[in-house]
Amino acid sequence: MIPVLLIAIPLIGGLAGFFIKDEKSARGWSLLVSLAALIVSLWGLSLPAKSPMLNADAEWLPALGSRFTVGLDGMGQILCLLTAIAFPVIFIATWRDEYRKAWNFYALMLLSQAGLMGVFLAMDALLFYFFWELALIPVYFLCSQWGGEKRIQATFKFFIYTFVGSLLMLIGIIWLYSHTADHSFSMKSFYDLRNRVGGQEQLWLFWLFFIAFAIKMPIWPLHTWQPDTYEQSPTATTMVLSGVMVKMGVFGVIRWLAPVLPVGTWAWGDTVSALCIIGMIYASLVAIRQDDLKRLVAYSSIAHIGLMCLAIFATTTSGMQGVMIQMFNHGINIIGLWIVIDLIERQLGTRKISELGGLAQKAPALAILLVIVALANVALPLTNAFIGEFLLFSGVYASKATQYNVVFTVVAGLSIILSAIYTLNMIQRVFFGNTNTLTEKAKDIRLNEKIVLAAIVVLIVVIGVYPKPILNLTKETVDLIITKMNYKS
Amino acid sequence: MNAIIISAVWGIIMMFSGIVTAKGSTIRNAAIIGLVLLLVCNYLDLIGYHLFPVDTHKMLFFDTFGLLANGIIFASTLIYVLLSGREIENIAQRMPVAECFALIFFVLCGVSLVTTFNTLLMLFLGIEIISIPLYILTGSDKRNLKSNEASLKYFLMGCFSTGVMLLGIAFLYGASPNGSFSIDDLGIGSQKLSALYMAGLLLLLVSMGFKVSAAPFHFWTPDVYDGAPTVFTSFMATIVKAGIFIGFIRLFDETFGDSQPRWQLFVAIITAVTLFIGNITAVFQQSVKRMLAYSSIAQAGFMLLALLSINGLAKEGIILYAAAYSLATIGIFAILIKMKDYTFEGFNGLARHQPLLAATCTIFLLSLAGIPLTAGFFAKYYMLASVIETGHFFWLVVFAVLCAAVSVYYYFRVIQAMYFKDGDAQVLELRPGFKGLLVVVAALIVLLGVFPQVLLDKLYTLVYTW
Repeated sequence: MIPVLLIAIPLIGGLAGFFIKDEKSARGWSLLVSLAALIVSLWGLSLPAKSPMLNADAEWLPALGSRFTVGLDGMGQILCLLTAIAFPVIFIATWRDEYRKAWNFYALMLLSQAGLMGVFLAMDALLFYFFWELALIPVYFLCSQWGGEKRIQATFKFFIYTFVGSLLMLIGIIWLYSHTADHSFSMKSFYDLRNRVGGQEQLWLFWLFFIAFAIKMPIWPLHTWQPDTYEQSPTATTMVLSGVMVKMGVFGVIRWLAPVLPVGTWAWGDTVSALCIIGMIYASLVAIRQDDLKRLVAYSSIAHIGLMCLAIFATTTSGMQGVMIQMFNHGINIIGLWIVIDLIERQLGTRKISELGGLAQKAPALAILLVIVALANVALPLTNAFIGEFLLFSGVYASKATQYNVVFTVVAGLSIILSAIYTLNMIQRVFFGNTNTLTEKAKDIRLNEKIVLAAIVVLIVVIGVYPKPILNLTKETVDLIITKMNYKS
Repeated sequence: MNAIIISAVWGIIMMFSGIVTAKGSTIRNAAIIGLVLLLVCNYLDLIGYHLFPVDTHKMLFFDTFGLLANGIIFASTLIYVLLSGREIENIAQRMPVAECFALIFFVLCGVSLVTTFNTLLMLFLGIEIISIPLYILTGSDKRNLKSNEASLKYFLMGCFSTGVMLLGIAFLYGASPNGSFSIDDLGIGSQKLSALYMAGLLLLLVSMGFKVSAAPFHFWTPDVYDGAPTVFTSFMATIVKAGIFIGFIRLFDETFGDSQPRWQLFVAIITAVTLFIGNITAVFQQSVKRMLAYSSIAQAGFMLLALLSINGLAKEGIILYAAAYSLATIGIFAILIKMKDYTFEGFNGLARHQPLLAATCTIFLLSLAGIPLTAGFFAKYYMLASVIETGHFFWLVVFAVLCAAVSVYYYFRVIQAMYFKDGDAQVLELRPGFKGLLVVVAALIVLLGVFPQVLLDKLYTLVYTW
């Protein structure tokens, strides 16, 4: 029941949104719809894990062996909560952004939310593929229609990249489907494949799936679409892309790759880990040299996602726990960063770090809130990311799936230092120092912006101090995945 | 049988209706009535009411597959006439409208032969009945040099391929154990295939490849599709192509199904080449009409996957593919006819002036590109799944998928022009009925995209429960 609501509310709300031909009502409507989704998501959290309300199942394509099966497990709960929190936050934070034909913008945003929810809820491979693509289409239109100057090319690159990945994944899904015992797309049948698909086949099947997920995350060297797209998209869409959508890739690996093809995952673990590490260091180094705030955050995101991916392939309980909690944290933190950037850009009309300076004198509240978010981005203790990254690193270090665990940990640890360099550097140059002619005119933030940023800060600190509820929530999923990833059994 | 006789008779009625009235709308309405009649009678045939109990001496065989395909083709034609029928009248200063409709019915007669043939002679007859009216329709814009050129080109190339086909049939006749044209007798297993038999098979493959514009026999397609009046391009690229494809599948399934391993590699190569040439060349086109011509080659490449695998999935899939492809392409052509400028730039800013037109066009394009939630996705899904099920030619599946990604490039160029570029797209006058029908077609595509079983299951169960 709840999963259906989570998909249906934004879907119907979005479709209806196309017909509200008034900017203000459309904005209000979308906020209302997203809040409704948030309430449903919280309701789902309040239910016990075995509650029948958390699952739904209906006939869809009987001849193909695909059913409309959706369900909320621990990982689904966390990601749906993230999606449900992200959208109202985004709507409130970008309340004052102006869009041409705003009703279409908001309607498409809600449709993308429906697609994302579907991805996180689907318990059927074909259904998962359906939503995987559907989440992409509205985002394509959002970025191409309302983005920056080079939006059309940048978005198109993004679309082609992800589309190629998805199609390869489709081949993989069909291949696996044709090898299931009962010709079914259900998750259970896919998880039982481990005994039916030989090791040799898993070796190449792995890449059919992993390329799709790696493009979405993105993992070096498939990341090249990402900085351009983040830069050119309207900020609200960038928040969706980086806050929620990249989690689709991480999620995909955890739910549809690692447990289904354990031998392939184990065999390619070192290769993928190496790619992750190269990507982390590379992205961090590039981030240091960026002058554009959006690009800086984009590259920083590549580094953070790389760490999560690394931890998945380490195959340890603590690492996987870290991934779960960090998926949530990263979403919250990066949306916080985008909100600040959006505020700066809207007020001063520039995102260039070199043109800014001394904002703290003019906007003290903004500065305080930003510093907290930025510290979370560096994973300082007491912030949520500290818990996440600590678990990730300890997981990688304790890994028995690879013999290079120490090397991986040390090199990946470098990226934390690098991230401190570029984040603190950014804060210093944007917020401290002397004001210039441009930043003279800056004003402090308004109430609605204070509220959302404060909410984000509260989340950061609360999870940073007391992460236990989230860890408990995802424990069962983590255990299941780790058992399934054991290729020997 | 019903469909063959009625379409032929109605073609003659249409031809003579020109004597009774010169009014275009009357003639068009008569054609619509004829098409509805065809659909109904074909359905009656499907559920066992044969209006004309003719003994065909096993020359024709009416199975569900063929009749179902007929149904799709007649329904597509009905939608086509409803959407673009008026445009046929607009060519009327140069060409009597009654005759155009008569020719369309004759083509349908040929298609229903091709979908239900049981001997190679009937196949040949059907292909010719389809082709000859098409030569005329291609050249129907008499004062237009391009149309004339297209017609002549089509005629010459068509004659050549017909010759090749006849030669192939003759070879097969010679190679068959007891001298027969019947496809039942020609399926002689994969052992002891004489060189004559293989030669005949390959010649048939070539000539059929020519008719469905598979590479490297596709060279006529862009010129003919570009030169023909757009409304007839739409007819040729969808209904006719789908019909011939059904015949193609039927031929290779019934006749050469046993010898599959011997010819599969040839088909695989043709498929790969078709996919490659169709998609890559479409990327470089400046005119949407020409792009659609190449896209039809590319889509033929995808349909050839069904020919390659020939199994249950393939046969179901080709019906779905025919429906999805025809609906979407007819829709795009109907919109294209209404545009003043056929280049990509001509579509610039269409979304601002005609939001409904742009939205439906987007759905058609997404369907051609094979995005989920549209019929095109499941069409492509079935094609890929059918090949994967055979367990061979995995490279071709990957190649097809990469080509599908290329196709996104040129389909999305139209979407980008409509939505993201500023411009002043000029559109001819639109009737509300036309827009309404476009919405219905788009809704059908989405419906098939969510529940493809509606078409496949429901039709099958309807047939079996009666």
